[in-house]
Amino acid sequence: MKAFKGFVIKEFYHIFRDYRTMLILFGIPIAQVILFGYIITTEINEAGVAVLDNSKDAVTREIQNQMLASGFFKITAQLSSETEIESIFRKGIAKEVIVFGANFEENLRKGEGSDLQIVADASDANVANLLVSYTTAIVQNYNRQQMADMQIPMQIEPRVRMYYNPELKGVYFFVPGIMSVILMLISAMMTSVSIAREKEMGNMEILLVSPLRPIQIIIGKLMPYFLLSFVNAVSVISLGWLVFDVPVNGSIVLLLAESMLFITLALSLGLLISSVAASQQVAMFISMLGLMLPTILLSGFIYPTENMPLWLELISYAMPPKYYIIIAKDIMLKGVGLRYLWPETLVLLGMTLFFLIVASKKFKIRLS
Amino acid sequence: MRVILHLLKKEFRQIFRNRIMIPIIFVMPIMQMLVLVYAATFEMKNIDFGVMDADKSITTNEFVQKLSASPFFNLKATSNNLDEANENLLNDKVDLILVFPENFEKNLVRDNKAEMQILINAINGTVAGISQAYLGEIIAEYNKQIIAEFYKTNVGVGQNIRIQAQFWYNPELNYKVYMVPGILVVLVTVIGMFLSGLNLVREKEMGTIEQINVTPIRKYQFIVGKLLPFLFIGLFDLAFGLVIAKIIFDIPMVGSMLTLFIMAFVFLLVVLGAGLLVSTFTETQQQLMFVGYFVMIIFILMSGIFTPVESMPIWAQKFNLINPMYYFIAALRMILLKGSTLADLQYYFYSLLVFAIVMIWLAVWKYKKVN
Amino acid sequence: MTAENIIEVENLTKIYGQFYANDHLNFSVKKGEIFGFLGANGAGKTTAIRILCGLSKPSGGKITVAGFNVYNQTEQIKRNIGYMSQKFSLYDDLTVKENIEFYGGIYGLNNKTLRQKTSDLLQKLDLTDKQNFLIKDIPLGWKQRLAFSIAIIHDPQIVFLDEPTGGVDPITRRHFWDLIYEAAFSGITIFVTTHYMDEAEYCDRVSIMVDGKIIALDSPDNLKNTYQVDTMNEVFLKLARQKIN
Repeated sequence: MKAFKGFVIKEFYHIFRDYRTMLILFGIPIAQVILFGYIITTEINEAGVAVLDNSKDAVTREIQNQMLASGFFKITAQLSSETEIESIFRKGIAKEVIVFGANFEENLRKGEGSDLQIVADASDANVANLLVSYTTAIVQNYNRQQMADMQIPMQIEPRVRMYYNPELKGVYFFVPGIMSVILMLISAMMTSVSIAREKEMGNMEILLVSPLRPIQIIIGKLMPYFLLSFVNAVSVISLGWLVFDVPVNGSIVLLLAESMLFITLALSLGLLISSVAASQQVAMFISMLGLMLPTILLSGFIYPTENMPLWLELISYAMPPKYYIIIAKDIMLKGVGLRYLWPETLVLLGMTLFFLIVASKKFKIRLS
Repeated sequence: MRVILHLLKKEFRQIFRNRIMIPIIFVMPIMQMLVLVYAATFEMKNIDFGVMDADKSITTNEFVQKLSASPFFNLKATSNNLDEANENLLNDKVDLILVFPENFEKNLVRDNKAEMQILINAINGTVAGISQAYLGEIIAEYNKQIIAEFYKTNVGVGQNIRIQAQFWYNPELNYKVYMVPGILVVLVTVIGMFLSGLNLVREKEMGTIEQINVTPIRKYQFIVGKLLPFLFIGLFDLAFGLVIAKIIFDIPMVGSMLTLFIMAFVFLLVVLGAGLLVSTFTETQQQLMFVGYFVMIIFILMSGIFTPVESMPIWAQKFNLINPMYYFIAALRMILLKGSTLADLQYYFYSLLVFAIVMIWLAVWKYKKVN
Repeated sequence: MTAENIIEVENLTKIYGQFYANDHLNFSVKKGEIFGFLGANGAGKTTAIRILCGLSKPSGGKITVAGFNVYNQTEQIKRNIGYMSQKFSLYDDLTVKENIEFYGGIYGLNNKTLRQKTSDLLQKLDLTDKQNFLIKDIPLGWKQRLAFSIAIIHDPQIVFLDEPTGGVDPITRRHFWDLIYEAAFSGITIFVTTHYMDEAEYCDRVSIMVDGKIIALDSPDNLKNTYQVDTMNEVFLKLARQKIN
């Protein structure tokens, strides 16, 4: 037991002395939360718009002013002919061109109606869609102002309520996702690479001939990473809460317990990888391709899995982070408890047991 | 020159002898193309909705029918009261709920307007925003119909501004057209930065770098010998990825391939320089991987590869002035989808060139044969 | 440089923060001799050898190697020296032949010389039938002899050996030393660090370093006489004890 204690302490020193890695490990979650929090919004800010004004009258000026005032647009060029549109797009100067028809104000006054064309650069489909709908809304709003005194025909007016995240903050959704990425990164990736490194450098053999039992070696290796992961999970939650007001509506105890379950799962995955990988590079790339990519892409972290083709959606059901993300976001945002989350928890538990058993089997074979 | 040739020969031997390299070079592009492009999509195909209809009138029925007929929306549940509806939202059975209050139809006829409520699960804000936009379009369409009929029967009322929208380069608003160039950039960056960095740090770990340092080899010879192989591999993988993109996704390739590869060449110099630079202040492959991952995730997220730059706050848009990936992804999309020429892309080209020079200069300066 | 001194060191000092890794070293090495640089682990041998090879800058002192000073003529020095370090410096994932070709190539040997040297070397080391083996698949003793031969492939004036024979048995060490004698006979100066005292016996002159200082420098026989003992090992132990007291 004394030998074991000494060994664990050595492992801790080993990891915590590498200040570069430590800095990065604590830097990654902070940077990610902040980036996701600030950067990923659904709004449009100062998108470049070019104007081709064939009328140049008070109305076209007014509409342009209203567009500028919205903060969504920034007018980057005034064109004089249709032929220029092509080159504006090709040079990337604007994402949208607004074409006012000739005699705009006059036609409007006469009641003949005037023509406004929106040409969007749809190479970025989503942005194009948003720009067109923002522009349309501004123009329609102008219309309505002019018709204020007129009887408007029957209209359905939707009142939208955004549940669980009224301001549509990206960070609400990303905090649970970032937690799963970080836990995978530290628990699975770091563990597998560092054990593979010991093997590559030949240190593993020295440990194996020591009086320590293999299970003690494994636990000693994993403990620091367990602790690191846990501290990181807590810091992501607190950061989200302090900086972006991401709530924890449900039970924090349950959330932490589920996190520990997920960390254990990730550690056993890391162990499994290290037992099959011969070198650091192999461990690294198995982790990258087999763990990080699926964790980011197939878990519903950023992109909803329901929109994927069926074969990918089916694969996503085999991804442990998927279940952890559902659990974490439901506890934090919806405030629900085990009554709703028992199926996901059960899946995680089953996966953990499975990987632990396979990893320890594999490890024993390597040892004998 | 002969010294560089010997270095290159040695690097290529090592690269192709390393069993992990072949999968990285050939399997990664395929994997990324297939998985990333299909997975990274905000194209909403299945928005599941529920209805809580307290009015149960012809109008509400008609509206629900119209919505279900759209390819994006699937009616998943009808509930009789709000609690039941909320429960469906809570256990993820539906993504949004339409709530029609009592007398909806009556209000519409009597007051010329009627309110309905839309409850959206907004945990994923982006998805919620897009669903709302889709729904808004359908409602607007519905309202427009009513207006059109109104004008028909009320001749004499003045017409207002007619809006007509055109979507150029991608009229079907195909999301994959947007994603594929982004994935190619990620591919080239990963190959360039990690492979070159790992290669150098590995020499440090193994101690062979000392042996090289004690030879009269010139710094530039060594660095050229280290960068060239990965430059080739990066360009090769870009070509490979483009072929896959063409075959599987039939991505438009309007512009000149020469322009594309010239831009890619300059961008790769930046990335390789970055890999080299990171390798000068890391000691182990593990450290390099983490530093590299950290730097890359920031630059990728900010560059507009996955989320549009236009929806970032102004400070983030300004930050992108120093983000090489921002220039490259923008240029790549412009070349592929719009056929921009090198002359159109001057600004992007020169910016990347400046990055390449600065980055390589920094890396060479930090790389010391003597300590 | 006097005619016969190929390395001249006056007051070589290397300081890391407060720590003197090398504390005012003074010695010179004669052309063609086998100079042993002895000391326990951590005595400062590797630091000194790295400075002499131009891998590290000294904090002070006047040092010339093959007539060039180590401050600003490191590239000229590198052309005239060979180096083999305790940490293994051949590429594990290249074959025997590829390693020879690579190092020969970066020393600028032309193709004809390179081919000639390669086949001579393979023959001399008895490796002709193993030329296509990866380095990681051949025994340590052979790797060391190969590394040494590669370190002198460009016929340098001096070769620096930093603990070249770590981890092998005395018989394999003996084989290695046969190569060293052969190189010395052909006129190459040998500068070798070691902590094996049996190897010290093979040197023409040895210096003994303790805690960053040279505390003795003479031929093995003279040292044994001075301290009235039979082996270099005892000389070393005596000196080390003296230092502690």
